[in-house]
Amino acid sequence: MHSNPSPQHRRVGDSPVIKWLLIGIAIAITVGLLIIPLLVIFLEALGAGWGTLADNLLDQYTLHAIGLTLFVAALTVPLNLAFGTALAWLVTRFRFPGRKLLITLIDIPFAVSPVVAGLLYLLLYGRNGWVGSWLADQDMQLMFSWPGIVMVTVFVTCPFVARELIPLMQQQGSEEEEAGVVLGASGLRVFRTITLPNIKWALVYGVVLTNARAVGEFGAVSVVSGNIRGQTNTLPLHVELLYQDYNIVGAFASASLLAGIAVLTLVAKGLVEWRQARALNRLQTEETA
Amino acid sequence: MSTASQTGAATPQRRLRQNRSKRVLPGFGLSLGISLLFISLILLLPLTGLVMEVSAMSFNEFWFVVTDPRVVASYKVTVLAALAASAFNGAFGLLLAWVLVRYEFPGKRLIDAMVDLPFALPTAVAGITLATLFAANGWYGQWLSKVGIEIAFTPVGIVVAMAFTSLPFVVRTVQPVLEELAPEDEEAAVSLGASDGHVFRRVIFPALWPALLTGVALSFTRSLGEFGAVIFIAGNMPYVSEVTSLMIFIRLQEFDYAAASAIASVVLLVSLVMLFAITLWQARHLKRIEGR
Repeated sequence: MHSNPSPQHRRVGDSPVIKWLLIGIAIAITVGLLIIPLLVIFLEALGAGWGTLADNLLDQYTLHAIGLTLFVAALTVPLNLAFGTALAWLVTRFRFPGRKLLITLIDIPFAVSPVVAGLLYLLLYGRNGWVGSWLADQDMQLMFSWPGIVMVTVFVTCPFVARELIPLMQQQGSEEEEAGVVLGASGLRVFRTITLPNIKWALVYGVVLTNARAVGEFGAVSVVSGNIRGQTNTLPLHVELLYQDYNIVGAFASASLLAGIAVLTLVAKGLVEWRQARALNRLQTEETA
Repeated sequence: MSTASQTGAATPQRRLRQNRSKRVLPGFGLSLGISLLFISLILLLPLTGLVMEVSAMSFNEFWFVVTDPRVVASYKVTVLAALAASAFNGAFGLLLAWVLVRYEFPGKRLIDAMVDLPFALPTAVAGITLATLFAANGWYGQWLSKVGIEIAFTPVGIVVAMAFTSLPFVVRTVQPVLEELAPEDEEAAVSLGASDGHVFRRVIFPALWPALLTGVALSFTRSLGEFGAVIFIAGNMPYVSEVTSLMIFIRLQEFDYAAASAIASVVLLVSLVMLFAITLWQARHLKRIEGR
């Protein structure tokens, strides 16, 4: 891109006045709506000093909420990683009737309100639901305990890995993999040595996004959790409880942990895009060489 | 499974390729099995509970619940706030995408990275943060209250929360289209002396608006269902600043599962219609571009 375009290559919005006006508005929006709110989370958490922040984070209920949240994410991420990879392989490597419907169906969790998602699970697996009443007879309770939290979290996060993989795998095509199979490699070997290296960064980012949402899900979890302190309280629910108790500094202490995960997610995205761009450049220079 | 419906429309070349893929690559059965099992168990089975709960109600009961004045007020608040938020994002999302694609300036990479913050930040955290900033004694609220503007605990607060959580949609749908836009027509028009505004309306916007509309529709759909960010800043006053998601939540806390399900079925229907409309719209628009 030229900083000083020649008259023939002048484009819309090149005049310095418009350019710097638009850049100014963009910076103002970003600072006002995104950067300051992010800073405020950490400033509020530190509002009563580092000692209070440490006390807040080491509180037994906070520690339990952190543990439960990590536990839920640890169960959710591998499940959705397996599902997302299988679905992406299916819809990008084969053509079959209903393929487009499948691609649309996995977007349902993005379109549905989290509260509705939680309600769906509560109706089916709660005491009055047709599965839940049977489970209750077997002395099993899924709702208002951790299995329910895991189930709704799997629901709200299931599109992320597939959504990252499908466009990439579509674009890359399957020629290399077919060659591998024709040359006698097993399916597993083809996936490990050909597919995986091509998609690994998209896979990493899919996992990062799944994890971010799994850790931060509020609405759906709120419906099925029962909010029992020290038992079914995840970190976002804990933030809400503290906030409603007017323990603002405590709420922001827990919120700052979640905001930290969000920042790491953004950094991971930057890294993954940088690696992908580098891999693409290398591929292009190899082709021209 | 038969492949008649798909291959019927495909070109011979494409059919050859599909048939070859199907013969060569392994894992069709396995990936189909995992995907169908997962989609049935996680996505479709839970819908049966809602269907059963709603079908157990008589039509009059259903109608009474979903047209309750307080619930109707919540529809109005939700739809109007979502419209305002997605209009805001349509304008400023387009501006952000434009600036990120067209100009070089210090801090550009930071802005590009920060645009995704609303997707990465848990909604409850966004909610308490915005409520704190816009409260009467908050960083923003104290200045706004001096000029008589109140945002926290009013319907405007709902718009702010929705606009925040759905900000990335428009930027991320418009950005790739702007990047791909060929400069020839635009440069020709500019060199022939057309004004910037004229070229934007006649050359750039026609190429841009399908993506812009998709982004706005995604932002609107997300805003309709937003819960976590909204409830902290809305004030949640009946008839004034209650969103429909919250109404469902309130009915659940009253253990009125039937009423919660009835309202949820309305919300779910609207979101599914939006989802399928956006999908069809994108498919049609892509076909038009590829057909050129």
